[in-house]
Amino acid sequence: MVETAEHHDPRYGIRRHVALPGPLRLDGGALLSPVEIAYETYGTLAPDGRNAILICHALTGDQYVASTHPLTGKAGWWTRLIGPGLPIDPARHFVVCANVLGSCMGSHGPASVDPATGQPFGMRFPVITIADMVRAQGLLLDHLGVERLCAVVGGSMGGMQALSWPTIFPDRVESAIVIASTSRHSAQNIAFHEVGRQAIMADPKWRLGHYYMDGDAPTDGLAVARMAAHITYLSEAGLTEKFGRRLQARDAKTFGFDADFQVESYLRHQGLSFVERFDANSYLYITRAMDYYDIAEDHGGSLAAAFAETRARFCLVSFDTDWLYPTAESRLIVHALNAAGREVSFVELKSPFGHDAFLLDAPDMNRVIDGFLRAGQR
Amino acid sequence: MSDALRPDLAIIARHVAQGARVLDVGCGDGALLSALRGMKGVDARGLELDADNVAAAVERGLSVVQGDADTDLGYYPDTSFDYAILSQTLQTTRRPDRVVEELLRIGARAFVSFPNFAHWRGRLALLFGGRMPVTRLLPERWYDTPNIHHLTIDDFRALVRDRGWTIEAQWFLKGDHETGGANANLMAEHAVFLLRA
Repeated sequence: MVETAEHHDPRYGIRRHVALPGPLRLDGGALLSPVEIAYETYGTLAPDGRNAILICHALTGDQYVASTHPLTGKAGWWTRLIGPGLPIDPARHFVVCANVLGSCMGSHGPASVDPATGQPFGMRFPVITIADMVRAQGLLLDHLGVERLCAVVGGSMGGMQALSWPTIFPDRVESAIVIASTSRHSAQNIAFHEVGRQAIMADPKWRLGHYYMDGDAPTDGLAVARMAAHITYLSEAGLTEKFGRRLQARDAKTFGFDADFQVESYLRHQGLSFVERFDANSYLYITRAMDYYDIAEDHGGSLAAAFAETRARFCLVSFDTDWLYPTAESRLIVHALNAAGREVSFVELKSPFGHDAFLLDAPDMNRVIDGFLRAGQR
Repeated sequence: MSDALRPDLAIIARHVAQGARVLDVGCGDGALLSALRGMKGVDARGLELDADNVAAAVERGLSVVQGDADTDLGYYPDTSFDYAILSQTLQTTRRPDRVVEELLRIGARAFVSFPNFAHWRGRLALLFGGRMPVTRLLPERWYDTPNIHHLTIDDFRALVRDRGWTIEAQWFLKGDHETGGANANLMAEHAVFLLRA
């Protein structure tokens, strides 16, 4: 856990929120103004400004990367990587993590109030992209007085942002660490997301996204969406090891549709606890942003061309049991970076935990990240 | 730092130009690249198959990519490096000829080092023992060796001749010491070649 140092400057610290004037021109054409961003910072920005690291969170993540989550009371989601004595250390680094655009933990999203109507946006919120999220982060860094990042770091959707950063702001970032991620959403990725979205929209409580006023949200649909997605975060071997075909608190099958199996009970729990902290419409918007993501497509179909103007060093890490964003996707990025002549490191690490491995205990990942970050300080 | 380098790597390190762009194919834990960065200020990149080695190299602050010399060299652009280095790796590749071809496409020059299978000790072992030699430089047995394409110095020279490549320099090692070129195919345990296309 990161110590919460006293800061005199109200821009810095945990539980921050800012409404930036913008306007932010979104990829979809809309102008967003103001741009509300909830974020946290840890550590102190060095006088030369060269110790800033931006952490990017995944689909259902948030800005509470190394502080206690206000809703769940759980420790930050990446305290295995960020904290005293760890590769990213607030004693040395100025760490920034912002809730992405479209999310529901305080940044601008479908649950925010539309100044035009005084009502929550709902589905009137403009569709956003990964690049929009990155540009919003750029605005936040302007506000924080961070001209240049020594690193941008993210896993999964956070990795998509980290990979996009040097392509959007070539002069503002010295290195990008992209973990368990991809340069594009595949047909399979989109397909799984569409199942989740349909589950939400099929819930009668969704009501075309207008459920904020009576607080009766489409939690059943959102829970099913989470259950389906959660399967993609784990490996077959991991599920087998954890649950096998074991029954849940019973000695025999019930010949009914109760959660007979432990794995069913586990997934239901995952679904139910998720709806406590996440907004269904945000889930729609963010999964859409991920599906629209294809860095090569944005650069005439060539991934190498996407990196032509970048100057950052890149570090990619994949996990051998990750079938959501398998190693082949990381290799594709590495080959494009090689073709563009960029400095890149890449390693596939072993883990039984599938895609979620980057959030769990991963000493090899920490080793690689630590070495890579220190190399930038030479 | 060069003191600790393997003898063939020390030879390569001595002959790489200051500030050069270097790709070490099969770079292991990055010992050579690290030395080159320290001694010669080179722009050091590496390719390595083994994940633990890659992690160790990245931990040293090197830009190293996990990949396979047989399949991943095609993604590097032409002449993107001053030197491509292949040390003690040639004999482990599926198609050594194509790998050297790729090295000479990617690099303006290529260093290639390999153990000489025709060293007299190996010849005697085979002649009198009738079994595949197990030596200091080739310590594995026939069934667990990563060396799937054993070669001799004369074999390599023949390949270079056939492909019309140019040998700019060559060095030979006996034990940890350099030895003369005379009768190298019989007397040298190890060879280092500097080639250009």
